[in-house]
Amino acid sequence: MSARTPSKALVIARTDLRQLRQSRDFWLPLAIIAGLFFVVLPAILLVLITHVSDVRLVKQLSDLVGSLPKQLRTKVKGASGPAQASYALAVYLFAPLAIIVPLTVSSAVGANTVIGERERGSGEFLAHSPASERQIYLGKLIASLIPGYLAAAVGFGCYSLVVNLTVGPKVGGWFFPTRNWWILVVWVLPPFIALALAVILAISAKVSSAAAAQQASALVTLPLILIAYAVASGTLFRAEVVAFAIGGLAWLGAFAALWRGSMAVQRERLLGMGG
Amino acid sequence: MVELDDVRRTFGPVVAVEALSLRVPAGSVTVLLGPNGAGKTTVVRLVTGALASHGGRVRVLGLDPTGPDGTAVRRRCGVVPARPALYDRLTGYDNLRYGAELFEVPASRIDERIADAAARFGITAALEMRVGGYSTGMRARLALARAVLHEPDLLLLDEPTAGLDPESARTVLGLIDELAEQGKAVLMCTHLLLEAEGLADEVVVLDQGRTLVAGSPEQLTQRYWPAARVVLDADDPTLLDQAQRLPFVCSYARNGAATVELTDPSRVPDLVDALVGAGARLRRVEPQTPTLEQLYFAIRQGAHA
Repeated sequence: MSARTPSKALVIARTDLRQLRQSRDFWLPLAIIAGLFFVVLPAILLVLITHVSDVRLVKQLSDLVGSLPKQLRTKVKGASGPAQASYALAVYLFAPLAIIVPLTVSSAVGANTVIGERERGSGEFLAHSPASERQIYLGKLIASLIPGYLAAAVGFGCYSLVVNLTVGPKVGGWFFPTRNWWILVVWVLPPFIALALAVILAISAKVSSAAAAQQASALVTLPLILIAYAVASGTLFRAEVVAFAIGGLAWLGAFAALWRGSMAVQRERLLGMGG
Repeated sequence: MVELDDVRRTFGPVVAVEALSLRVPAGSVTVLLGPNGAGKTTVVRLVTGALASHGGRVRVLGLDPTGPDGTAVRRRCGVVPARPALYDRLTGYDNLRYGAELFEVPASRIDERIADAAARFGITAALEMRVGGYSTGMRARLALARAVLHEPDLLLLDEPTAGLDPESARTVLGLIDELAEQGKAVLMCTHLLLEAEGLADEVVVLDQGRTLVAGSPEQLTQRYWPAARVVLDADDPTLLDQAQRLPFVCSYARNGAATVELTDPSRVPDLVDALVGAGARLRRVEPQTPTLEQLYFAIRQGAHA
């Protein structure tokens, strides 16, 4: 790559992000989903659970914690059944579900940024431009990664606030993110987002619809959810070591996939041809 | 500036361009004429290297646009695609800025170039509007402004006046002429014969990806419109019928005024002499050159005959 490479890629990324910011009909549904997963649902459910007074329900919640694996039960904080149940839900149920959100955001943006160029006909402008195919790919990648990482940072920040404010007082103070969650969010999630994007961008360059590209990204999303559950709950043997190893492998896979994916963006395909 | 030699390009079983040879010198306007699907857009894409050829040789500014020099070639090209390829969610200014940055206009000169281009194409007042709200004419002007921002040496215009009102189309054609006078090479695709009229230094007529004929409008006129046509009128039109007997008259028809075809344009004075000698008092003698449209259909008719 030439010395000018980063600047043209950044120009493309900046313009894509500017367009995204202007496309309220595109990002608003994503923001609503993020709000539901990170704030609204956890807040409502956790507030309800922590304020349960019905004896029968309290027993059911205690049973819920009792049904967790022994290894997990010892980690659950809180004196009462509802407090323990809220802790378990906050750490082991809602947070792994919320991990889908940054992936969904990045996947949607990634699919839209390449296929959208073709669908709107603006890909022809890029095809005739002096930007190299590698620069175009890099620009699209940056424009897709930033919303995903931003969604992860802001989303988990809000989620932490919600669960610490609602459940924290019942379990002896602020408790989220746990050590395992820090590892997940900082080390495991980013390469999976990059991996998903590499798949999305490679597929987007070939298929004709954004929906087809997004469906393909589920291949990457599903294993991440399983890993998130396993690592967050500590059900994997020596969870931290496994998390670091999975993260490391994911980084390697992401770099390999991104390198390979960079060849998928070709001028002819920007014109809506080839494949 | 542009040299295409025996170029071929296919899309699966469809031959888009076949055995195409073309030259576009600096300071000239070359017009690719042809119906939809003739291969005009493919030629533009081959020139910038957006498409690779499947045979033959493409050289632009002496370089191969699909090779390592492709970036250098594209940096010196300004393209207005058939669809303007604009970003509807962005403002006109943002679209131009994006173009300027990608085509490496120095940062310190971007705003000045944008202001100049916008003024030249009459879109200054709309620069802060989102392009999604632009009319077809404004979009075409914005696409043209973006294409010239970086002061390219070669302009590739694919149906640049499509969808424009006559006044805007005339302005655009005037600007193209002006750019050619400044030494730019212009390759323009169109199926609107009228807009190539008076603008083209060279006309290449394409049909199903092949060159039917190429040459200056004058050369094509001589080749495909050899007979000189003259329209005549007189106080007593029946006296014009004398023209039929003259040896250098190929055809004669009178319906009000008379239309006479001569074997040689230089025989017009002889025709006038003969008719005056026969007592005709001429009110109109109008030698006619074919319009590009007449020429185009004559060429196509000849090719398909």
